[in-house]
Amino acid sequence: MIWIVAGFAAWAIGWWVNVQLSKRPKTRATGLAVPAIFGITIIVIWECMVHGLEISPVLLPPPSMIAARFAGSTGILWQDFVQTVIKGALSGYILGCGAAFLIAVLIDRFPFLQRGLLPVGNFVAALPIIGMAPILVMWFGFDWQSKAAVVVVMVFFPMLVNTVQGLQATDHMQRDLMRTYAANYMQTLLKLRLPAAMPFIFNGLKIATTLALIGAIVAEFFGSPIKGMGFRISTSVGQLALDLVWAEIVVAAVVGSAFYGGVALLEKAVTFWHPSQRG
Amino acid sequence: MARVWYRLGPILTVVIAIFVLWYAGTVALNAPWAHDKAKRAGVELSFSELVSDTMSQQKPKLPAPHQVGQEIWKTTGAMVAKGRAFSKRSLLYHSMVTLSSTLLGFALGTALGIALAVGIVYNRTMDMSVMPWVIASQTIPILAIAPMIIVVLNAIGISGLLPKAVISMYLSFFPVVVGMVKGLRSPDHMQLDQMKTWFATRGQEFWKLRLPSSMPYLFTSLKIAMAASLVGAIVGELPTGAVAGLGARLLAGSYYGQTIQIWSALITAAALAAALVGLIGLIQTMVLKRMGMVR
Repeated sequence: MIWIVAGFAAWAIGWWVNVQLSKRPKTRATGLAVPAIFGITIIVIWECMVHGLEISPVLLPPPSMIAARFAGSTGILWQDFVQTVIKGALSGYILGCGAAFLIAVLIDRFPFLQRGLLPVGNFVAALPIIGMAPILVMWFGFDWQSKAAVVVVMVFFPMLVNTVQGLQATDHMQRDLMRTYAANYMQTLLKLRLPAAMPFIFNGLKIATTLALIGAIVAEFFGSPIKGMGFRISTSVGQLALDLVWAEIVVAAVVGSAFYGGVALLEKAVTFWHPSQRG
Repeated sequence: MARVWYRLGPILTVVIAIFVLWYAGTVALNAPWAHDKAKRAGVELSFSELVSDTMSQQKPKLPAPHQVGQEIWKTTGAMVAKGRAFSKRSLLYHSMVTLSSTLLGFALGTALGIALAVGIVYNRTMDMSVMPWVIASQTIPILAIAPMIIVVLNAIGISGLLPKAVISMYLSFFPVVVGMVKGLRSPDHMQLDQMKTWFATRGQEFWKLRLPSSMPYLFTSLKIAMAASLVGAIVGELPTGAVAGLGARLLAGSYYGQTIQIWSALITAAALAAALVGLIGLIQTMVLKRMGMVR
């Protein structure tokens, strides 16, 4: 009973603090503090409710138990992280985005290909590509190569479509100016069109970060060596070791946010000139 | 005529190129197995024999498009003709299972997304505290915890459609929130001031200005949400142990090496996605035309 009361108290306090904070003019500090307090409140309520309502830890382990499990099995988590994120997701991400970028630059030279590939690419980007996972696992074996292949297929089309669109983002005036400078194709590409395409390219890169992690983890459901985050999640669910599953989810969430944040920071550094970054 | 060719020509070319590459890939990938068989039988394969063999294997590495087409026909049209349209071997049955949880999840996700967006637009505290978490929630590979959601919901006695729909909902609410927040904020100051001079209440401002002007944004997000919802439904079917649905077909196919079955499930899923997204596009054009918003 006391836990439930504590949960409601935490909710009331967290909400009240946030209302007070958000009434003030928005600064950097409140912009960070408000969501942080919201997150902490949710975790406290979760902890209180699990104890108060006596939910079995088999169904929903309390955050403290997850934290303890996390601290206790860093070895396994690290091994899974290397297998899934570094070997599977990251290598696939680099290969897929790199290939999509190069092909986008190539087809940009041929308007015919562009008009053909853009609608098809847009169509394919909306398809449930994750379904390719079992096929690719069959082709490339159980180890990380097949996971990287799934990631390549998943990130390729969003990246391709975004890059091609970005390369069209310059207007006639700018291209004519380059022509009056007697700039050749390479110079126009490197000095005008690629920089102008950067906001689009980074948009594609950001979408691809989430897709890469999802692809690498889900591909492991279809067969993997005895390590990796997807493998650990599916087997631990079978053993009802949900605290370990949640620990893996924490890793995935932190990695996903860090990956996304890293690309966003890079974007800020590269496209500092763009209106959306100056605001 | 020239204009139609200008638009369709390149697309047709690309599609034909994909089919040519697919057939070439079929020959290349299945050739080792064909050679293997021929060697054991002690015969030399001529080129045309090799090609015809690679196109007609039972468990090819890459089935040829017409094999997949035949399989799809066998499990849909032919079943209908026999009057067993919804038997367990029929792809129609599995598509219906996936479709129902996709639509339920999509409806739930859209409702949640719109509710959150209205809250975010009208409540400053919610804007500041919820919005960052909505964005952060999508950097978590949610599909990864699909098995856990299914098992946990099963344990407390909720099974069947709803657990899968929950995953679809989680994937589809995000684009709706982002799109609707943008849409509900799209009326500019001039229009909002005009509402104020008319002494409009907040409700009137919402129903008569903000909601109508958010429609184009809503439909764009709905298309993304629908595609995401289908992915959620398919992945949600994986951990239930291959009972029913397109995801279950994929998993069963990968267990037993039935590549043709995997590909036919995949193509069906793609067709389903295209049909659903196309349907929303159709509704979009109709609604926006009636609202006078189509340029």
